[in-house]
Amino acid sequence: MASSTNSGTDEFIKGLWKENPVFVQVLGMCPTLAVSNTAVNALAMGLATASVLVMSNIAVSSLRTFIPKEVRIATYILVIATFVTVVDYLIQAISLDLYKALGAFISLIVVNCVILGRAEAFASKNTVALSAMDGLGMGLGFAFALFCLGAVREILGAGSLFGIQLFHDSFQDWVVMILPSGGFFTLAGWLLLFNWIKQRKAGKHETTKLALTGEAIR
Amino acid sequence: MNHESLWSIFINASLVNNFVLAYFLGICPFLGVSAKLETATRMGGAVTFVMLVSSVCAFGIQALLVAVDAPYLKLISFIAVIASTVQLVEMFIKKFSPALFRALGIFLPLITTNCAILGLALFQTNKGYDFAQCIVYALGAGAGFTLALVLMAGLREKLDLAKVPDVTKGTAMALMLAGLLSVAFMGFGGLGG
Repeated sequence: MASSTNSGTDEFIKGLWKENPVFVQVLGMCPTLAVSNTAVNALAMGLATASVLVMSNIAVSSLRTFIPKEVRIATYILVIATFVTVVDYLIQAISLDLYKALGAFISLIVVNCVILGRAEAFASKNTVALSAMDGLGMGLGFAFALFCLGAVREILGAGSLFGIQLFHDSFQDWVVMILPSGGFFTLAGWLLLFNWIKQRKAGKHETTKLALTGEAIR
Repeated sequence: MNHESLWSIFINASLVNNFVLAYFLGICPFLGVSAKLETATRMGGAVTFVMLVSSVCAFGIQALLVAVDAPYLKLISFIAVIASTVQLVEMFIKKFSPALFRALGIFLPLITTNCAILGLALFQTNKGYDFAQCIVYALGAGAGFTLALVLMAGLREKLDLAKVPDVTKGTAMALMLAGLLSVAFMGFGGLGG
């Protein structure tokens, strides 16, 4: 956990990459997998979650001295549910098509573990400004991860990005990527990539050593 | 009002549109608790029970909210009811069967943030099921959740003995398995209509 001496920028950056909620902490899987079948859906869902996260972090952080410890989780959930209802009606008003595509998953932002997790782990202990930055960073990190998934699934599954055809007609769509199983496979692929990068960074020294001993044996 | 037969609702909820593998609900416990077969079975049982209770409660609340014309309170009241149901179940089990309480441990309170339960409550009101249909839907969803969890746990127990590259260990491997299971469940498409 980052200490409270960190500046707002640090809190913002860490959510984007080092503590990315999806790729590193593996939180909030359900909406991540369910609505990432096209890039537009994924981005909309990510931004909706990000805005709820920022608002709930601000609210929880400003109320943190008033909330009794025993009922804090219930209070957080009610705060989150209020903001989700607001976002739900907002999306319905802005774009009905998007609302239909996302379906019940907008309401299900309530039980997204990322939001409750940040409220409990960060907003309940830090100042309003820091919590807002943390919420923004985590939220955008979440949206970024969702977009990565959605873009890959749409490019492979429908041969398009944001509805624009990318390939020649002869491209055979990978239907499986649009189907539920494609979500699992794509996320597994991204996690593999992240693990691989992390391992390479951490184990560069060891790998060179291993490679050397390998040479020696040969 | 929806006129699906009870049998087709059950098959639909448990196999064709499996909550975990087709709707992606309840992925967190699915990945978190599926390492051992025994805990997976217990978790499935607890979730099914909470689903049943909260489904009945959600049916009542929906009727009440329609009566007082306040649909915007749906989400808030559902989540409040689910949280208190879980709390109630926890107290009930603690009082009447301490052994079971100890066995379930931390999983019991965690059910609150299981999206499968809130999802179930939302879907059943969206579909306009009547009381009997709601109960069957909850049972089917619970059975499907348990089935997915148990299958996954069985696979992961076997996987512990297999040799896999270091990079794929952990969540990435579990996700690939889940993807394959999901492909397998697509075979049920068309059953129950």
